[in-house]
Amino acid sequence: MAMRVKPPPGLGLIKGLGVTLSTMLKTIFLPHKYLATVNYPKVKEVPVPRARGVIALDQEACTVCMLCARQCPDWCIYIEGHKEEIPPDEPGGRVKVRAKLDRFDIDYALCMYCGICVEVCPFDALFWSPAYEYSETHMGDMLHDMDRLQDWLEVVPGRESIEQGTYQG
Amino acid sequence: MIELLTDLFSNFWVSLAGKLALVALMIPLIGMALGFAEIKLSAKMQARVGPYFAGGRWGWAQLIADGIKFFQKEDIIPTAADRPVFKAAPMLVLVSTVALLVVIPFGPGLIFRDLSVGVFYALAVSSLSTIGILMAGWSSGNKYSLIGGLRAAGQLIAYELPLVLAVVGAVIMAGTMSMSGIVEAQIAAGFPYVIVQFVGFGIFLVAALAELTRIPFDMPIAESELVMGYLTEYSGFRFLFFFLAEFANMFTLSAIAATLFLGGYWLPGVPESVLEFAGPAILLGKVFLLAFVMIWFRWTFPRFREDQLQTLAWKWLVPLALANIAVTAVLKVVL
Repeated sequence: MAMRVKPPPGLGLIKGLGVTLSTMLKTIFLPHKYLATVNYPKVKEVPVPRARGVIALDQEACTVCMLCARQCPDWCIYIEGHKEEIPPDEPGGRVKVRAKLDRFDIDYALCMYCGICVEVCPFDALFWSPAYEYSETHMGDMLHDMDRLQDWLEVVPGRESIEQGTYQG
Repeated sequence: MIELLTDLFSNFWVSLAGKLALVALMIPLIGMALGFAEIKLSAKMQARVGPYFAGGRWGWAQLIADGIKFFQKEDIIPTAADRPVFKAAPMLVLVSTVALLVVIPFGPGLIFRDLSVGVFYALAVSSLSTIGILMAGWSSGNKYSLIGGLRAAGQLIAYELPLVLAVVGAVIMAGTMSMSGIVEAQIAAGFPYVIVQFVGFGIFLVAALAELTRIPFDMPIAESELVMGYLTEYSGFRFLFFFLAEFANMFTLSAIAATLFLGGYWLPGVPESVLEFAGPAILLGKVFLLAFVMIWFRWTFPRFREDQLQTLAWKWLVPLALANIAVTAVLKVVL
């Protein structure tokens, strides 16, 4: 059994001082390499592709099944819809029924970013996007309607960048 | 013109008003400079930028903005508080800091008042802030404040002793208790006392950190267990007083350490004629060096436990300081 040599008392204190001093010098003289933060409003931080920034909605894929609204722990998803009758292709045929989305709002003032709605959606209508700059001066403006949610679709990262996982370079 | 000025300042009241204005300007300026150094250096030690936008560049106006913010805040006094004591406590703490400035020599002859018992006065006045802190803790009518105040009392009494004993070595070597006398003795000896009094210097630095209730000796404030200790109920301008006193105290205690052990306004090799002008700058340089060490310690070390705190003071620092005094006295007689 190898003998553990007890370090001299106070060695840890000196090591700690070394760590803070070297971090300080590195941050002062080589900020581009060692700085852990960015000057946010001037320099934008690039989040990893899987970051949970905002939820985007694909209106075409949504079938008004209400699964997301029912699973939401915060009840921050508001869905309304109606059924449209599509006339039969030939006379005497069956009348088809199609659900149509009237309203799909997510209240980001309530949302806790758990992502259960995205998980539970059977038709892949909801997506995570790493976009994070949508703060408002008025609380009510945090309610995003379905057109705004549709717009977020543009910033949903493609499959490849998501497959890269959380590691960037 | 110069004759007129000297004539004017020979008047007691005019010179008193001038000195008061200087001190009233110095305390906030020094407090802000050290506070800014603290927030900026702590940011660098944690690989952050720190304040950046206030004032346009480097965030230099951050603490001015903070000060204005404190002015605007409501002055809340709890119903259960002992009002006169609650109001007097921050003033007493700041007064002890201001009174310390009196005996610090900034250059040859550049001293507010050269007391023959300067060291004794400095140590006596610095312990005034203990009473202020105890008053703040007691009068707040809050259990966290009370525990914080009592912890502060226990800690400051424990560390006052090594602080005083550490200084005695330097006093024995110089043979005088006058602060400027000690600097002159160091000039005559040709070396700063830290070379032989390194034990005393170390003890003084540790005890000064404890006097300032800074991390690693911040048991009286201990955010994680006592909310904010004796500061819990203070808000607005009164809180600003404590804040200013903390950083100004950092300056005055560093200045005393620099004067007693590092040669004060004197640097080896600098001629007397230059000292007249460069003295304050040299002293400020030494003070900022010591302040940097204090900031460095603060952002490196975790907090002591209460019993470890007392053990360090009574079982290590006091005997070490006594041994230092004995050795110094014997060598003074023998050599």
